[in-house]
Amino acid sequence: MIRLGVPSKGRLMEQTFDWFAARGVTLSRSGSDREYAGQVQGAEGVSLVLLSAGEIPRELAAGRIELGVTGTDLVREKLAGWRSDVAEIAPMGFGHADLILAVPECWRDCEDLDDFASIARDFRAAHGFRLRIATKYHRLVRAWLAHHEVADYQLVDSQGATEGTVANQTAEAVADITSSGETLRANNLKILGAEPILQSQATLFAHRAALGDVRPFLAQLGVAS
Amino acid sequence: MIPKRDKQAIGQRFLQAFREAGAVEVAPDILLPADTLLDLYGEDIRARAYTSTDPLRGEVMLRPDFTVPVVQMHMAGGAEPARYCYLGEVFRKQDPGEERPANPRDNEYLQAGFELFAHDREADAEVFGLFHRLLTPYGLQAVTGDTGLLMDAVRALPLSNARRDALLHHLWRPRRFARLLARFSRPAEARVLPAPVAPWAGLRGEDEMQARIDRLLADRDAVPLDPAWNARLERLFAVRAPLPAALADLRGLVAEWPDLGSAVARIEDRLAMLSALGIVPGAILFDASHGRQTMEYYDGFTFSFVAQNRPDWPPVASGGRYDALTAVLGRGGRAIPAVGGIIRPGLVAELEAAR
Repeated sequence: MIRLGVPSKGRLMEQTFDWFAARGVTLSRSGSDREYAGQVQGAEGVSLVLLSAGEIPRELAAGRIELGVTGTDLVREKLAGWRSDVAEIAPMGFGHADLILAVPECWRDCEDLDDFASIARDFRAAHGFRLRIATKYHRLVRAWLAHHEVADYQLVDSQGATEGTVANQTAEAVADITSSGETLRANNLKILGAEPILQSQATLFAHRAALGDVRPFLAQLGVAS
Repeated sequence: MIPKRDKQAIGQRFLQAFREAGAVEVAPDILLPADTLLDLYGEDIRARAYTSTDPLRGEVMLRPDFTVPVVQMHMAGGAEPARYCYLGEVFRKQDPGEERPANPRDNEYLQAGFELFAHDREADAEVFGLFHRLLTPYGLQAVTGDTGLLMDAVRALPLSNARRDALLHHLWRPRRFARLLARFSRPAEARVLPAPVAPWAGLRGEDEMQARIDRLLADRDAVPLDPAWNARLERLFAVRAPLPAALADLRGLVAEWPDLGSAVARIEDRLAMLSALGIVPGAILFDASHGRQTMEYYDGFTFSFVAQNRPDWPPVASGGRYDALTAVLGRGGRAIPAVGGIIRPGLVAELEAAR
């Protein structure tokens, strides 16, 4: 049996259902909206597991599901050494979001990462502590800043309302997922630099050790493994 | 697999040798407050050290090194000269990035260390001589460097104070250093900053931004750095040879770069002191860039002992001078001259087992 993990609610679930329907496989939630059980029609030996999108990376890595739909951002953030456990099968064309670094719009002197590095150094000298970046993507942001050799900053954890941290003076900058940038603009923040830290979208992933087992199903869907 | 008990026994041997060299044994805590370490090392330490939380004490870290607690202990009540030694575990995690390594590095291993807080100029040679003597049986390659030399070199560049400070700050970040240097070597560009559009927000003050904008404006008139200086810096960073030959290269540079003279004289003094201890200078490598790959707070003499037939290993022993660290840890900027190093008994055990 192939266990297919799919986000259990919202637009991500609906779009995932649409994606599979367009490939001849009907996924549906059984019973009421409150019940997290699902059905698969149009494919043999596949069962549907409805999960929180954030738990799908962990379940995939552990092999408790053979296939899963989740954002590339979550896989890369939550699974250290993700390529060793999980294979990226197909980008699905929805759920687009960029992980970006944003600073206050009023920082007229901050237009790229070099400016940011220089401001972080000044800030640390002036305030006696490192410039704070609010984020929940600790590993991705840290690795990206390390790659660009930015020092003099610290990450502060923010699991929600991250864009508000600057106005509340609990952080000087934010690193968060955005699709349209509207929330950032509403909070007087601007995106730094041309390239985002990561471009994410909903993606079909497979547990690496189960690649052989899922191949016929992937062929039926018309995606190569 | 070598039992931990055997590695402990080897560590005890080094500890005994450190005691005989006049050191007092200390036993720092294993759980350290995270804030000091974070403030010193930045986010990198969070990627390398195990963190936990205590309901009362907040974030704590499993000891990633001994230097910080030993320095704090000395600064709280010690007087120079002082020699300390220790043996115990340090804990380091490894974030593998995209793929898991086939052979993960040890995340828990022993360090036997010796730290010397002293104002005499013989301190570097004393510590290196001790490590050299203890490690002689293992056929390791000693590599040394001198971060003070690099800092003097940067200070001597014909640059504005702002540019010089920026380069000094990023000496340990080679790519950022190179970007800055490339920018300083081009004619300065007049920056057109966007007009203010949004209300002021956040803790960074408007005055702080204005100070930086003033600096950027002043920088517009800066004369580009002569490419000859770039070439000299490259030559300096590339010096890597047995100590006497490296000194000859450095003396060649001093002819064009007189401000390096006192740093080179310090290295010559050190060579003389090492010779006096019976160490053959020709067997020691000097690598001018050695200190750039080490901890940011090593700001003078640095050394490591590497197993040349084990390129996958970290150094078996390493150390250096870290006056800058004591200045940061000593509230009020009180710096104490400090030099020290550690040996990894676990690796020494492997070397002994391979014999």
